[in-house]
Amino acid sequence: MDTEMTTQLYSKDAVRKLLSAVPDPEIPVVSIEELGILREININAEQVEVVITPTYSGCPAMYAIEQDICGALQQAGITQFSVRTVLSPAWSSDWITEEGKDKLRAYGIAPPHAVGSETKAGQPQALRFMRKAVNGSTPVCPHCSSGQTELLSEFGSTSCKALYRCLACKEPFDYFKPY
Amino acid sequence: MTENPHIDYLLRLGDSTLILGQRLSEWCGHGPVLEEDIALGNIALDLIGQSRLLLSHAGSLMQPAQTEDQLAYFREQFGFRNFTMLELPNSGLEKGQQQRDYAFTICRNFLFSAYMVLLWQALAASLDRQLAAIAEKAVKEARYHLRHSSDWMLRFGDGTEESHRRAQQALNALLPYTHEFFSADAVEQQMADAGIAIAGASLRAAWEEQVRGTLQDATLEWPPQWADSQFRSSGKSGRHSEHFGFLLAEMQSLARAHPEAIW
Repeated sequence: MDTEMTTQLYSKDAVRKLLSAVPDPEIPVVSIEELGILREININAEQVEVVITPTYSGCPAMYAIEQDICGALQQAGITQFSVRTVLSPAWSSDWITEEGKDKLRAYGIAPPHAVGSETKAGQPQALRFMRKAVNGSTPVCPHCSSGQTELLSEFGSTSCKALYRCLACKEPFDYFKPY
Repeated sequence: MTENPHIDYLLRLGDSTLILGQRLSEWCGHGPVLEEDIALGNIALDLIGQSRLLLSHAGSLMQPAQTEDQLAYFREQFGFRNFTMLELPNSGLEKGQQQRDYAFTICRNFLFSAYMVLLWQALAASLDRQLAAIAEKAVKEARYHLRHSSDWMLRFGDGTEESHRRAQQALNALLPYTHEFFSADAVEQQMADAGIAIAGASLRAAWEEQVRGTLQDATLEWPPQWADSQFRSSGKSGRHSEHFGFLLAEMQSLARAHPEAIW
């Protein structure tokens, strides 16, 4: 009897809706769903299983994210659950939703370019250094929308961001790295 | 430490990423400019993250099973399987040199990440599914590490007289240690035959092409005596340099003083 009740009470959609409100601990304007960290929700007779994936191998926010998920489920009265971390397929910044990208921009973080073919598994990538000026397009400034920007550092305030500067409005800004 | 080549192979990867992560962490708060301080911290974080996944995986295959912390903090020198190059001090190998040397640090990152991009790409097809999943993630990080270090190799080599001299000196000191990336042994051979690993030697041509290309752009010279060098470092078999004990002492002392501590 118990198991039937569990299934009825927590539909996949309901759990997803619940977890779509969990913010990313480091960039709280976007949710873990919009960032593509929330991978899957499985519901079987006994329990709810939430599957998440790290953005970077060393992402220090993963533990906080797991705790936040547990908190949200418990608050909704769900007691039988587990959180599982999977690595494959590897997270890509292409998984950030369009809405998530808009929110990043509004927050002052330039959203990533599409990675597209760069991650084709097994394809050796010609990876050659190119001087910044000829490195193709740079991200558009999230403050003033100028395309005249330059790279300050490949590595920014968190693993997933690089640091840029706008040559028009002179403001520095974070760029969510295509990954 | 272990007679299981699968575990041994995973330790080589997990220890190499751990030990370089530890060395790069020594720069925290000492970077030449703020952006580079942050960059090295980020790269160290990626490497230690990779190491946690690899050591956890290796530990799960052990009898009895070991945790990542047990492996990182409670093994002795001879149990570690990292490439010797990665344990060398950030100051380089010049006598009397005590200060951290950025050229040496960057040059090591360059030579290693150029290798790891190729190795992770190949290991993404490993029959060890967990290793393949780790590789699939790690290759993306290694590409950024390679880009960062290649950028600096160019600035150093094609920069001032002093930066050129120091980059060349670092390269001359480090290149002999890269033979260890490619030398075959029984562990690697067995794992390659089982479809779990790949022979390092098969990556050599692509690695050399990548490295030589950047060095040429950087106006740096590939030392001609490299190919004839008889020197072979042996960290991956557990025989380390004299620098390694000091590194382990710093890395392990806290955990050993408070073995049950949690935080």
